[in-house]
Amino acid sequence: MLKKIIFTAVILIIGIVTGKFLFGSTDHTVMPSPNDLYRNTGSKGTSNLIQEKQFNGTIHEVKNGGLIQDAVKKAVPGDLIRVFPGTYKETVYIDKDDISFQGIIKEGEWPVLNGSKELNDAFLYSGNGIRIENFKIVNYKGNGIMGQAGNNFVLRNNWIIDAGVYGIFPQYGMNGLIEHNMLTGIEDAAIYVGMCENIDVLHNEVYGNVAGIEIENSRHCLVENNLAYDNTGGILAFITPGLPIKTTFDVIIRNNFVNKNNHENFGAPGSIVSGIPPGTGILVMAADDVIIENNIITGNDNAGIIITDFKNGGAEASNDPDSEPNPDRIVLLDNFMIDNGNNPVGELKALMLTQLSTKGPDILAIGGGEGSSIRDKERYRTWGLGNFGNAEVAGTGDVKSFLLDQPAEPREISKKDLGEMIYYGICSGCHAYDIRLIGVPMNVIQMIYKDNPQGIVDYITHPKNLREDYPEMPPQDYLSEEAKIAVAEYILTLKK
Amino acid sequence: MKRLSLILLSLISIGFLYDKVSDFYSVPGTEPNYAGIQNDYIELCATCPPGFLLNEENKCISKNLYQQYESLQDAGVGGLKTALPKVRDGFSPQQVDLGRYLFFDPVLSKDGSMSCATCHDPNKGFSDGLSVGQGMNGSKLNRGTPSLWNVAYLKKLFWDVRASSLEEQMQGPLYAENEMGNTPENLLLSLNQIPTYRRLFAEAFPDREVNDSISLFEIYTSIAAFESSLISLNSKYDQYAHGFHEALNEKEIEGLNIFRSFVARCAECHTPPLFTNQQVAVIGSPEPDGLKLDPGAEITFNDPTRRGGFKVPSLRNIEKTGPYMHSGNFKTLKETVAFYNKGRGHAVPKNEKLYLHWHIWEPDLTDYELDRLVDFLKTLTDESFTPKVPVILPSAVVKQDKISS
Repeated sequence: MLKKIIFTAVILIIGIVTGKFLFGSTDHTVMPSPNDLYRNTGSKGTSNLIQEKQFNGTIHEVKNGGLIQDAVKKAVPGDLIRVFPGTYKETVYIDKDDISFQGIIKEGEWPVLNGSKELNDAFLYSGNGIRIENFKIVNYKGNGIMGQAGNNFVLRNNWIIDAGVYGIFPQYGMNGLIEHNMLTGIEDAAIYVGMCENIDVLHNEVYGNVAGIEIENSRHCLVENNLAYDNTGGILAFITPGLPIKTTFDVIIRNNFVNKNNHENFGAPGSIVSGIPPGTGILVMAADDVIIENNIITGNDNAGIIITDFKNGGAEASNDPDSEPNPDRIVLLDNFMIDNGNNPVGELKALMLTQLSTKGPDILAIGGGEGSSIRDKERYRTWGLGNFGNAEVAGTGDVKSFLLDQPAEPREISKKDLGEMIYYGICSGCHAYDIRLIGVPMNVIQMIYKDNPQGIVDYITHPKNLREDYPEMPPQDYLSEEAKIAVAEYILTLKK
Repeated sequence: MKRLSLILLSLISIGFLYDKVSDFYSVPGTEPNYAGIQNDYIELCATCPPGFLLNEENKCISKNLYQQYESLQDAGVGGLKTALPKVRDGFSPQQVDLGRYLFFDPVLSKDGSMSCATCHDPNKGFSDGLSVGQGMNGSKLNRGTPSLWNVAYLKKLFWDVRASSLEEQMQGPLYAENEMGNTPENLLLSLNQIPTYRRLFAEAFPDREVNDSISLFEIYTSIAAFESSLISLNSKYDQYAHGFHEALNEKEIEGLNIFRSFVARCAECHTPPLFTNQQVAVIGSPEPDGLKLDPGAEITFNDPTRRGGFKVPSLRNIEKTGPYMHSGNFKTLKETVAFYNKGRGHAVPKNEKLYLHWHIWEPDLTDYELDRLVDFLKTLTDESFTPKVPVILPSAVVKQDKISS
């Protein structure tokens, strides 16, 4: 008996030691390749982010207890910030270009940004070329990731829970990829593409939000292979009036699962989405040229697809004469739709009674709009599709991605143009060519610094008051070195 | 020797051109003084105001660092490094300078008591420091005087967006009985009687006969030219936006981040770089005591869903242009930002149905955050291109004649 126990114990010890040897974690973690940041892992081949690009920046590491923002302050364009597992309570703002953020997930432990319902937003960026991946973002009041005007962004593999109003919200951006994110508990749209162009939203899971994915006042957007369930509304393509960019068109919604989006609407009173009836699969409001193809749309209790103008959309907002309110040229192709409309609410319920029906439809079109079409209309239970023609579009297969072949590049500015902008945009407040304003005339400066632009650069960086009859010049050290030499050279070429 | 020749040269050039141009702009604060000066002294400036390049066609072309950037659909809204909306430029330096004289000249009003600058005072951010504007004989108007900084970028003018150009806008106050009280006929008559103006208009509009009468078109064009020259794009914020992050201190950056956060949502309507998206918004801000709810854009569009709607104003130089909101109900910036924190519709009169903007909600900002917002708003101040008030006006002598007759 004792022998047997000892034997078992020995085997166990050997087992533990062997196991530790075979599977044991070491301090060495294999890091993901920085070059992967520049690739689109979602769709293959046709969509190129900046695929040819090789990472050659500096890697800044942030570990638990550190601040990600401190790394941002140090980073220069091209750098990568790696964030290790831990909890980070901060708002990270990025007003620089080409900065990447890579969370390091170790044995299931994520780097977590926690706003404790006190902080506003987790990531705020305005730069171009921002990439954010592998973060868990929880308990913010505003947004998980918010972009204002940054182009060429990649936001992926983020896990966002109750980040407030929007989960991922790029605004005024061009050429961006949002993929492989999971978002829940968002009181407006989990993924909200607002006033953007050329955006792919791929392979995301959105559930338990008021709106799953919303394309608003944006063009050339692909929403593909996403799973949207248990939201109030699954996938939305909208025009919201009163915004400075007025149109939504050229949107493809395909190969998505849009199931049981029957969540109670917990949107903030007055918000546009607070008018979405629970049980709405896909909602097209006022947007044009939307193609809905090959989606599996099931179990949405109000209706599978609703196509509506702004007036019937349920949102209560001021009219905007510059915003065209009707959905035009909507195309519905081969969608799998069953079990929708089991429990219509609000306007649709009233409509149901007039239709002498006990169920809501798979597809409802209500209000204005023209030129829309559908393939195999007889497959579905439809209301209001009387003026829909037969779809002439064969499919959207030729569109693999709306991402640009080349990144949206910043405007090309020559040195002379930059110098001219600075001279007239700033210097001319105090200087004119051949007269005294507040500062010394430029023709005098030209004589002093003939063939010596660097002399001007040195002076404007650290002005010394050389002339008693003039006030001291404030330092222009806020200009970059490139800007200073550009304006110095420009000044030396002035002729009037 | 070299140094001496430099000084000599600069003295000569200064002496030679001083009269023509030195009058154009300076630090604000100069008091106008019309008395006893020969008005024939006035000559129009041949160089562009600051912020503009003079091209080969004698036109002033706007130049600034935001021209380095793009904006989506050229809408001029976005983030920090975003292009501005399309600018109104291309006036000649002479038109701009003539516009400056007209702008400051009370001869434009019916009784010679008010100029444009009476309400749009350069020392008060081109506004008047009052809750609501004050017209001729002290009559109180309904709305606050909007600032004129950066109007060259605005597509719609007046709080209720009823004008689509500066030329259209200025005819409002010029001819309103309770503002400047003039008529087009009287305006033409008064200006055409002033020899200096006859000469200056002929110079600013060289394509017509020298002896032709001054036309309304020329008057409107000149004033629009001057107003379009009021550019403010060199604030501390702008330095930050262009990449010099030390321009703002920690508290101001905190304020910027609150400003653009989706909790406060300020930037959703006051969108950079102009700090307005130029839309109409119904926000439900209260009228001062005793004033009825102003229907605003409801009248312009004959649309009850726009009741109480007003143009989103630019926030540039906002520090200088209080009191705030369309009828100046809030004296300070702190009171103004606090309004947005008090809940959606909290100040809407009970019997009113307003279609409040969806961004008006309950952001639940702390008092600390409101203070940081104010810190940030003050970084939008830049008056470095403030034009100079003319020392003499073409109407100075004639004005006395008029009063005696």
